[in-house]
Amino acid sequence: MITMEHICKSYKVAKRDAGFKEACKALLHRDYEMISALSDVSFEIGDGEMVGYIGPNGAGKSSTIKILSGILTPDSGTCLVNGRVPWKDRIRHVRDIGVVFGQRSQLWWDVPVIDSFELLKDIYSIPDSIYQSNMEELTERLSLSELIRTPARQLSLGQRMRCEIAASLIHSPDVLFLDEPTIGLDAVSKLAVRDFILKQNEIHKTTVILTTHDMQDIEALTKRIILIGKGKILMDGTLEDIRRGDRNIDETVAELYRSYGI
Amino acid sequence: MKRGLKLYGHYISITVRSMMQYKVSFLLTAVGQFLVSFNVFLGIFFLFQRFSNVKGFSYSEVLLCFSIMLLEFSLAEMYARGFDMFPNLVRRGEFDRIMVRPRSPILQVLGSRFELTRIGRMLQAVVMFVYGISVSGVNWTFGKVMTVVFMLIGGSALFTGLFLIYASLSFFTLEGLEFMNVFTDGAREYGKYPVNVYGKRMLQFCTFIVPYALVQYYPLLYLLGRVDSPAYIFIPLLAVLFLVPCYGLWRFGVRHYQSAGS
Amino acid sequence: MRAVKKYTSFFRLRFSMGLQYRAAALAGVVTQFAWGFMEIMVFRAFYEADASAFPMTFSATVSYVWLQQAFLAFFMAWMMENEIFDAIVNGDVAYELCRPVDIYWMWFSRSAANRLSRAVLRCFPILIVAGFLPAAYRMEAPAGAAEFFLFLLTLVLGLLVTVAFCMLIYVLAFYTVSAQGLRILFVSCVEFLSGAVIPLPFFPDRMRMVMELLPFASMQNVPLRVYSGDLMGAALWRAAGLQLFWLAALTLAGKLLCRRAVKRVAVQGG
Repeated sequence: MITMEHICKSYKVAKRDAGFKEACKALLHRDYEMISALSDVSFEIGDGEMVGYIGPNGAGKSSTIKILSGILTPDSGTCLVNGRVPWKDRIRHVRDIGVVFGQRSQLWWDVPVIDSFELLKDIYSIPDSIYQSNMEELTERLSLSELIRTPARQLSLGQRMRCEIAASLIHSPDVLFLDEPTIGLDAVSKLAVRDFILKQNEIHKTTVILTTHDMQDIEALTKRIILIGKGKILMDGTLEDIRRGDRNIDETVAELYRSYGI
Repeated sequence: MKRGLKLYGHYISITVRSMMQYKVSFLLTAVGQFLVSFNVFLGIFFLFQRFSNVKGFSYSEVLLCFSIMLLEFSLAEMYARGFDMFPNLVRRGEFDRIMVRPRSPILQVLGSRFELTRIGRMLQAVVMFVYGISVSGVNWTFGKVMTVVFMLIGGSALFTGLFLIYASLSFFTLEGLEFMNVFTDGAREYGKYPVNVYGKRMLQFCTFIVPYALVQYYPLLYLLGRVDSPAYIFIPLLAVLFLVPCYGLWRFGVRHYQSAGS
Repeated sequence: MRAVKKYTSFFRLRFSMGLQYRAAALAGVVTQFAWGFMEIMVFRAFYEADASAFPMTFSATVSYVWLQQAFLAFFMAWMMENEIFDAIVNGDVAYELCRPVDIYWMWFSRSAANRLSRAVLRCFPILIVAGFLPAAYRMEAPAGAAEFFLFLLTLVLGLLVTVAFCMLIYVLAFYTVSAQGLRILFVSCVEFLSGAVIPLPFFPDRMRMVMELLPFASMQNVPLRVYSGDLMGAALWRAAGLQLFWLAALTLAGKLLCRRAVKRVAVQGG
C-alpha cells in the first residue's frame, strides 16, 4: 500500500545567463531562485495495482518517484510505502522495491549477465533457494537462457532491457517502479516487455508504477492514470476518462496537456 | 560486517574480471603508472647527484621515505579508487542506483572500482624500498617491521580519508574539486621528502590537521634510529582516526543529496 | 584562413566557459599556487643544504617554477586531445578527411588554440599574485626589456614545438596498434627530458649537453630560463636556433607522415 499526502518539494536553482558579460558577472555574484517541483501531491495506490504516472517533461514525475524510492526527502507532507517512510527507513524500504531506469543500466558491462545477477544476489542477501527459483522463473518468462552468459556490452537494446527487468525482480520486490522501460525498443521487444509485466502483476501481485511518454505502454498495462503537471496532481482516473471517441491516444494526451495548460 | 566483507570480495572479483577483458589496456596503464613514478625517482636521483643531503636526510633515507609513502598512496588508490572517481558517478546519475540498494553506500562506492593498475606504482615503490633498505643501513628489529606495517595501514587510511573528502565534496559542487588534488596527488608528489624539509609550520599542519607526518616523518625517525621511544611504533595508527571526520562529512553530503536532489 | 577564424571563436567560447565555472577556475589557480609553493620549498631546502652546488640563482629558480605553473597548459605533454586520439582509433577520422581542410593544420591550430585558451585564463592571476609574495617566494621582474622580448618570442616557439611534437604523436597513432601505449611512453619521456621534473641545469653536465640537443629541451626549457637571464648570450642564440630547427623538423616529419597516413586510410576505407 502506497500513500502520499500533501507532499511538497522545492529546489534552489542557480540562475545562469548566456553571454560573455553575464559570465563575468557570474564570477562575482550568483542569483538563485526557488523552483517548486511538487505542491500538495496526494494519492493512494493499493497492493497489486498498476498505475500509469504521466505528465509533460519537468512536471515532477521523477521527483515523485525519487521520493517514493527513498532517494529524495520532501520538504513537507507524509508518505508511507508498506508501512514505512521511504527516506527514513531507507535500507529496509529499498529491499522491497525494484527500479528500472530506462536509460541507465544496472548491469556490469564487460562480464556475463549472470555475473551481475549473482552480485545482486549477494547485495540483496537472497537465500539460495529463492534465488534459484526466481532465476528459473525469470529466465523462462523473459527467454533469457541464451543471453545470460553474454556480456551486457554485446547485447542488443531489447535483450538488455529484458535482463534489466529481470535484475530488478530477482529479490522478489512488492513494488516495481518502471521509468521509460520501452524507450528505444523495437516493436517485438516492446510487446515482450509489456506482456511480461502484465504476467508479473497477475502472478505475483507486484504493484507497478509506470512513468513513460509511450502511451501504448499505458494503454497496454494500466487501468488507472495519474496526471501530474507543474507539480500538481491534475487528474486521477482511468484511461476511459480521457479518451475522446476514436482519436489517436497520443493526440488525446496532447490535447489533455493543452487543456490543463501544461 | 562479515557479509559486508564478503560482498566487497565479490565486487573485487567482478571488477577484476571486467578488467581482464581489456588486458592490453590494463598492462599499458600499469606500465604508465610505473614510468610516472620512475620519473619522480629520477628527479630525486639527479638532485642527489649534486647535493649530498637535504635537511639532514641522505639519499637512501629519502628513498626509504618516498617508497613507503608511495606504497601507502598506491594501496589507498587501489582499493579506494571508487571515491576518486565518485564525481563521475554522481554526474552520470548513478548514485541514485546506489541509494536504491539495501547496503551501505560506502561499501557500494568502494566496490564500484578496484584499480589493479596501481600495481605499476606499487612495484616501483617496492623496488625503491628494497634498494633504500639495503643502502640505508637500518637496523631491523621486530618493532621496526611493525612500524612499517602500521605506516602502511595508517597511511592508506589517511589517503582513503582524503579521497572520501573529495567524494563528499562532489555532493555539493562538481566544479571546485580540483583543489583536493593538492592533498592527494600533491602529498604523493611532495611526500617524497620528509615533511620537515618544508619548514616548521608545514610540519605542524601535517601533524595536527592532515596527519601526513604521523605516517611519514615521525615513524621514519624511529626507523632511522634517530629516536628510541617505542611509542613511535604506534603513532601511524593514530592517523586512522582521521577517517572519523571524513566519514562525518560523507554522511552530511549524502543527507544533502537526499534533500537537494541531483 | 577559415580555420583560423574558426579557432578564434573556439577560443572565445572556451574562455567564456572557463569564466562560467568560476569555482573550477578559482580552485585551479589555488591548486597551482599550492604546487608552486611546495616546489619552491623543496628547492629552498636543497639550496640551504649546499648553495654552492646550486646551478641557477635562487631567484631564477623561483621564476622558473612560477612560469612553469603559469604556462602549464602550453607545455604539458599529457594535455593531449583525447578527441583526436579517439577519432583515429575508432575510424571517425574518415569524416574529418572528407572536409576540404588540411587535417594536419586543422588539428595543429586546434591543439594550439586549446592550450592557448587554457593558459591565458590561468597565467595572469598566477603571475600577478606571484609578483606580490614575500621575498623568498616572490617572482622577480624579467632581467631586462630585451630578455622579456626574447622570453615572449621563445615562449611562442616553445608552444609551437610542443604542439608539433604532439602532432607527430597523433600521426604515429595511425601506424601503431595501441595509441594508449604510444601516449604513455612519450608523455613520460617528454616530462623528464623537457625539464618539467627538474630544470635542465640541475642535470650532470655531460647528460645535459645531450638533452639540450633533443627537441624536448626546445619546449619549456628555453623561455623559462631566458626570462631570468639564466640563459643568455651565445647559449641563448643557440637554443633559439634549435627551437626553430626542431619546429621545422617536427612539422615536416608530421606533415609527411600525415599525408602518407591519409592515403592509407583512403585506400583501406578507414
